Amino acid sequence: MKFVDEYRDAAIVRRLSEAIARAATRPWTVMEICGGQTHAIVKYGLDELLPPGVTLVHGPGCPVCVTPAEMIDQAVGLALRPGVTLCSFGDMLRVPGSGIDLLTAKARGGGVRMVYSPLDAVEFARAHPSQQVVFFAVGFETTAPANAMAALRAERMGLANFSMVVSHVLVPPAMRAILGAPGNLVQGFLAAGHVCAVMGTGEYGPIAREFRAPVVVTGFEPVDILEGLLRCIRQLEAGRAEVENAYARVVRAEGNLPARAIVGQVFEVVDRNWRGLGVIASSGWGLKGRFAAFDAVKRFGLGAPAAAAAGECVSGEILRGLKKPPQCPAFGTRCTPEHPIGAPMVSSEGACAAYHRYRLRSRSESAA
Amino acid sequence: MCLAVPGKLLDAQGDDPLERSGRVSFGGVIKVVSLACTPEAQPGDYVLVHVGVAIAVVDAAEAEETFRYLRAMGELEGLEPEPPPAAAAP
Ligand code: SF4
Repeated sequence: MKFVDEYRDAAIVRRLSEAIARAATRPWTVMEICGGQTHAIVKYGLDELLPPGVTLVHGPGCPVCVTPAEMIDQAVGLALRPGVTLCSFGDMLRVPGSGIDLLTAKARGGGVRMVYSPLDAVEFARAHPSQQVVFFAVGFETTAPANAMAALRAERMGLANFSMVVSHVLVPPAMRAILGAPGNLVQGFLAAGHVCAVMGTGEYGPIAREFRAPVVVTGFEPVDILEGLLRCIRQLEAGRAEVENAYARVVRAEGNLPARAIVGQVFEVVDRNWRGLGVIASSGWGLKGRFAAFDAVKRFGLGAPAAAAAGECVSGEILRGLKKPPQCPAFGTRCTPEHPIGAPMVSSEGACAAYHRYRLRSRSESAA
Repeated sequence: MCLAVPGKLLDAQGDDPLERSGRVSFGGVIKVVSLACTPEAQPGDYVLVHVGVAIAVVDAAEAEETFRYLRAMGELEGLEPEPPPAAAAP
């Protein structure tokens, strides 16, 4: 496919990894934000092409992984109510809450429907007026335009049977939380290209300056990731901490203005609890007052969800880049994709799932 | 979940900005996607699609520019070209 295959060119990948080896004179730790990038890195073995000392650690950019267990409990509770259909992206269905997951709720007769797009959930509500249809709106900035459009369309159609549980999260506040945490190892970031496609790059300048950490906007294919890393290493070596765009075919400095306008109509900034990271101030989006009628929490009189206990999963340390999945004592033994303990083992973008899928054989060496 | 896939826009319909949509081919697999966020997209353009919504038009000239630079990196063995100066954010 155009704009995909050429970015997997083995010769260019090799040249880039050689350039990184020449550029790096010291050890550096760089975090890629997005779970899609994590998967490409582990799948193509890009981390194994790096010189010793240059380490890629995996960030919190998997929306499914950071959705708190209590929100999943809330969604499960709604799905089990008679007359309710809970629509969700497929990735959410097997994420454990504090009790059962959505797939189990479905098996027990709950109304659970997997959708590809939030707009499909609106369409399903329109076609099934006797059902209460609730969309589980999770995601980062990339997904927000689609989720906001669902609210706008439902409003326009005057749908009385559509509502949303919103658990939207924002990348820049999480980057600040990671850089500011005690014991932080991250010296530079590969920013999530598709988040920037929507929001632009304006939020990263202050982060780069304040924390002296370069931020390179990076795409998702092997060539993109290594080019982003090369540019990041060159900045680190030169003592620079700037925002660079290594994904210029998709990302403009101002982002996508029509998309930002749509998001701005529907969502406002709220505090958000991140699974594994805790509450981060002003780190999410919730529905604006104008859309209160589409807020499932209000419609169904749901209280603030009770915080679920953390248990054995060390996803917080994984998401902060302090640990890699094989260092979790449950990895591959008590926690597997078939029987996940934590969310990063479930999601197609979770770091634990990536290592389990592509790296299980090297588990003993990496854990040593 | 921020996975977004580039596909070729085949056609576009609808005048209302919020309802504008088009058929997009992903290597032959065709889907209808919302063009509400990419009003500038024209048939023949490659759009980047995420959960049913086109969130960007891929800039073919920028893509070509990147490859010129990447190819040059291989040819000028040892002489490292600087990354393109463009696109640094404020
Ligand atoms: S291996 Fe399982 S338990 Fe361990 S951090 Fe990953 S998801 Fe959590």
